Amino acid sequence: MKSGHLFRTALLGAVLGAAAFGAARAAEPPLKIGLLEDVSGDLAFMGMPKLHGTQLAVEEINKKGGILGRQIELIHLDPQGDNARYQEFARRLLGRDKVDVLIGGITSASREAIRPIINRTTTPYFYTNQYEGGVCDASMISMGAVPEQQFSTLIPWMVDKFGKKVYVIAADYNFGQISAEWNRKIMKDLGGEVVGEEFIPLGVSQFAQTIQNIQKAKPDWILTINVGAAQDSFFEQAAAAKLNLPMGSSIKVMLGFEHKRFKPPALNNMHATANWFEEIDTPEANDFKKRWKAKFADELYINDMGYNAYSTVYMYKTLVEKAKSIKLDDMRKVIATGEACIEAPEGQVCIDPKSQHTSHRMRLISVGPQHEVKVEKDYGTIKPYWLGEIGCDLTKKNDKDQYTPSHLPKKS
Amino acid sequence: MAAEIFSVFYQFADVFAFLILSAAGLAIVFGMMGVINMAHGEFIMCGAYVTVGLVKLGVPLAIAQALAAVTAGLIGVAVEYLVVRRFYKRPLDSLLATWGLSLIVTQSMLLIVGSSITGIGTPEGSFAIGGYSFSTYRLVLFACAVAVLVGLFVTFMKTRFGVMARATMQNAAMARALGARTGRIYAISFGIGAGLAGLCGALYAPTMTLIPTMGATFVVESFVTVVVGGANVLLGTAPAAVFLAMIRMALNASYGQIIGQIGMLFAVILIIRVLPEGISSVLVRRGR
Repeated sequence: MKSGHLFRTALLGAVLGAAAFGAARAAEPPLKIGLLEDVSGDLAFMGMPKLHGTQLAVEEINKKGGILGRQIELIHLDPQGDNARYQEFARRLLGRDKVDVLIGGITSASREAIRPIINRTTTPYFYTNQYEGGVCDASMISMGAVPEQQFSTLIPWMVDKFGKKVYVIAADYNFGQISAEWNRKIMKDLGGEVVGEEFIPLGVSQFAQTIQNIQKAKPDWILTINVGAAQDSFFEQAAAAKLNLPMGSSIKVMLGFEHKRFKPPALNNMHATANWFEEIDTPEANDFKKRWKAKFADELYINDMGYNAYSTVYMYKTLVEKAKSIKLDDMRKVIATGEACIEAPEGQVCIDPKSQHTSHRMRLISVGPQHEVKVEKDYGTIKPYWLGEIGCDLTKKNDKDQYTPSHLPKKS
Repeated sequence: MAAEIFSVFYQFADVFAFLILSAAGLAIVFGMMGVINMAHGEFIMCGAYVTVGLVKLGVPLAIAQALAAVTAGLIGVAVEYLVVRRFYKRPLDSLLATWGLSLIVTQSMLLIVGSSITGIGTPEGSFAIGGYSFSTYRLVLFACAVAVLVGLFVTFMKTRFGVMARATMQNAAMARALGARTGRIYAISFGIGAGLAGLCGALYAPTMTLIPTMGATFVVESFVTVVVGGANVLLGTAPAAVFLAMIRMALNASYGQIIGQIGMLFAVILIIRVLPEGISSVLVRRGR
């Protein structure tokens, strides 16, 4: 009965192991991450990779023993692109589920919708998107790139290469409006001219008039900061009308992977700057892509927000481990030292103490006629310096405003 | 100068085609049958997805578009038989039922085919006049919109089915008493409406991003056109589209898309205030 004995031993071992594991789990409840990402609605195609990136990081960290010995429990809710639902779900995650950290939000409108709710709590909030910049808020840690990393690299390059006249098509909400303001400021500094600006309501899908307005204004290039699936129809319609102008953007290709969704050459001559493109070809990036594709084989494109979502969980892990605490105040003490850094697939990224935004290695890419992506320029690591320069200093005071070039903090 | 004039016509044709194609199906279902079909956008989405799917299988675009419209129409007949049929006497419940249907369809598409699929590209072809270049396909859309109007006119005014259908819509009990098979007429009418929605999706599929919620971009325009038009499809929808397209085009050109959209909706409010029954009520009264 040797095999029976072996079986009994194994069973006993398993029971004891489970008991020990259970005891450990009982002593150390899991860390709860509350995640708000759209996986249905107009922006689902961009939000899906965000959920996947977070899930991948959580799974990897849990496999290696969690954070401070605690497993991570991910609670994801789908606000479906509805800002009212963002607010409702943020309240639910904070109030009922008592999450230890809140992550997510896709549009700047959704971020601004939930920020006041976060501000009434002591829970840290991570925003994972690139955005129009300027949020100086002690409760918020921003993991995406901002204008001084995206527009200050892209716009001078476009002006240098294609000319000084730009036409702007932008989504009509805070992201588009403030981004357009950044463009005006940078173009003015460069001695360029904004020959037209068009703000388009979300959901508009027909662009014949816009295409003609552009042809009338005769710009050297177009800044495309249109948002969402409907507004992306612009590219197909512009290509059909043979508009043939160079385009620059802070969100195209790496966020909405328009070069994968549209038939070539709709995205031909598009230029964009970001901290991540799936096409980045370095050993670290390739290793990351391999792990991602092993788990989510059907992903059309690993986009920048999905990548940031992944890095965010690791940044949270680093902050908690360095602070040896899950309290926001303790984590901010780590950030204040300037040593809140992780080795991300793009390279090392660090949180800037003054603004709680993240440094990034920025690259400029161009899209060719067959939608092939080429890295044109590597800017190296760029710090998010603008908020600090204009007087936002979260190590000294708990601000919670959003600044723009025309709305600067009062000098005290 | 010629370029400017053509440009104005082109913009008008573009908006007009969008309004007519998105509204034609709804006009029959809502305007004639009185069923508020909240799943209208999903029939449009269905047409778009079927078109792209068939083109990817190697079917020529025009044939794929025709098949997509037929597919949507057949699904429409099935939906009428399974769901809508039960709600002819309860129009508000029909709203709820079709809305539920639309949510189910959208989410199912998201689960089955994913959040986005790759497009197929607009057919080649553009032409230039003066400093402007135009996409030829946009004029094809305009031609299709006109063809749809002509087709509806012929179907409902010149055929036996058309006479029976109009009789059924006006007074179903009387029509039935006179021997019309009203159940079948309702099913076919709903099928035509769904097929026209599918045609709209099929025609716009090459110019747009395909996502499961894409029908929503058409729905506001289609409801607005039908409401302004009033109960009579032929006398209402077309004049409403002409009127709204002119307003929208003029405002778009001078003040941009936002004002264009706001202005159009404002015009709708005014019209409904003055003519609660829509434009067709005036035209019908004149005709008598």
